[in-house]
Amino acid sequence: MGDYAQGQAVSGFDVAAARKRCLRYRRRILDISQTVTALHMAPAFSCMEIVDCIYHGLMRRDADGLFLDSFLMSKGHGCMTQYVILEDLGILPREELDRYCTKEGMLGAHPDYGTPGIAASTGSLGHGLSMAVGMAVAERNLAAGTREANRVFTVLSDGEVQEGSTWEAVLMGSSLKLTNLIAIIDNNDFQSLGRTSETHPSFYPLDRKFEAFGWEVVEVKGHDAKALFQAAMGRKGDRPFVVIGKTTKGRGVSYMENVPIWHYRAPNPHEYRQAVSELREVES
Amino acid sequence: MRNMFAEVLYALGKQDPRIYIVVADISPAGPMEKFRTEFPERFINVGVAEQTMIGICAGLALKGMKPFAYTIATFSLYRPYEIIRDDLGYQNLPVTVVGIGGGVIYSTLGGTHYAQEDIAIAGSIPNMTILAPCDPEEARAATMYVGQRASGGPVYLRFGKAGEPVITADAAEAFQFGKVRYLQKGDDVAVLSYGVIMGMAKKVADELSAKGRSVSLIACHTLKPLDTQGIADILKSHKQVVVIEEHVPQGGLAAQTKQIAWDIQAGCKLYTFTLKDKFVHCYGSHEDILAAHGISVENIMRVFNG
Repeated sequence: MGDYAQGQAVSGFDVAAARKRCLRYRRRILDISQTVTALHMAPAFSCMEIVDCIYHGLMRRDADGLFLDSFLMSKGHGCMTQYVILEDLGILPREELDRYCTKEGMLGAHPDYGTPGIAASTGSLGHGLSMAVGMAVAERNLAAGTREANRVFTVLSDGEVQEGSTWEAVLMGSSLKLTNLIAIIDNNDFQSLGRTSETHPSFYPLDRKFEAFGWEVVEVKGHDAKALFQAAMGRKGDRPFVVIGKTTKGRGVSYMENVPIWHYRAPNPHEYRQAVSELREVES
Repeated sequence: MRNMFAEVLYALGKQDPRIYIVVADISPAGPMEKFRTEFPERFINVGVAEQTMIGICAGLALKGMKPFAYTIATFSLYRPYEIIRDDLGYQNLPVTVVGIGGGVIYSTLGGTHYAQEDIAIAGSIPNMTILAPCDPEEARAATMYVGQRASGGPVYLRFGKAGEPVITADAAEAFQFGKVRYLQKGDDVAVLSYGVIMGMAKKVADELSAKGRSVSLIACHTLKPLDTQGIADILKSHKQVVVIEEHVPQGGLAAQTKQIAWDIQAGCKLYTFTLKDKFVHCYGSHEDILAAHGISVENIMRVFNG
């Protein structure tokens, strides 16, 4: 069994509360969508439960409530999810989300290093995992064997797993025996021009590729908060760990699900009303 | 230069636990082996994987470390260029990218190993600093500067390889970051250069001195930020100025010196000797490849011999 339960702030994960939060976060993103002409809404809805589980279930905090562990959003186009969670945690002020993508504000369509709560600038794919490897090495050396090293969590898109640089980093995570590195893949089987499995018929099986590179792998339903948390709890922990979360791009709004145009389109007022009326708690 | 770099980095690493070295399958020189043995947790060999070398350095820097990425310049700077731009430049992280073999010094290895555009490439990235020492002693000073500075963003550190002679032992001025450095001072002809080809610049200066000219020999080790005022002063205070550069004509010291000369409406004669804007397909000594680009002491002296 893993040792998350022994972490300083994580003693469990309230799945019912997680579902309520994710409903609220989706609604907040929908509301923000009415202030801009375009945003990455479907990619954000795809990784919603994953990022919620990381922040609210897996990352440990110190006695003052500050995060000990790090989170790096490698799929930078999923940052709306991170923004609304950081807003909820009081790390990003509400006014900043209200000023999203305006010249008065600090938040854009990709996360920027220097923004509160943002670990690195991403948006170009295939960068995040290498940076997470470097961060995990630094954390391990800072712990110097006197305590358990702080962990580094990163969320990748399945599209960016195609980047050669990602596989260089996968190899390094394993060669450096980084037990404090946890990657979660938002595996929605979609990229800009269509299905990942059609673009690359040999993309799957993905789990066996990571296993062959020396990682501990688990595949779960990526919108199932309970399954995500239990998968992380159940890791052996003797090597880098990857969760492949099977997700649906645009999850939660019927007309967005698996429809490529919603990768970067904001709903019109009519579509917005329909989306709001459809939103429910996602169970799995 | 690389031996001096390894020696200095070992000394810096002993003092400062934030110093890391991330190499890409380049066998470290002797002193680097000491670093590897004594600080194995801060020595990372990524193998033949330069993109992750830069990304890992960025991640280390995001956690407060001062990493050095190290391999042949074409592989440390060109291969992972977009990662250097985004992770190091855009995030303004204190990572030093060391490029061994700047210019055409790997003269028997061919065009894949010539870093003849590196100053232009690195210099086009905002926040980037560029240092190109001319001999082992200047390599020591440059490495010390980068390792000990209190703040700053990414650095491209351009080296030659090994065995370069010391040519700054009697320098008129000490190394100072961001300033041109007079190795000798005159008031008639100024010879500007940087990097390994400074050895040829010194020969040119010596021949001119033998002809009775009063010669300044100047090391422009800091290519970015360039000492614009220092170069303007050189252009104003000498009748003839020669730039000798192991780099394509675009975006290096020669191009920038011309720009400064225009900006100040300099009245001196300005001659530039750079690599050509072409790939040469030949092998031989370092001098042979430079000659194929039209750079030799003899060619340069033609300007003065009329």
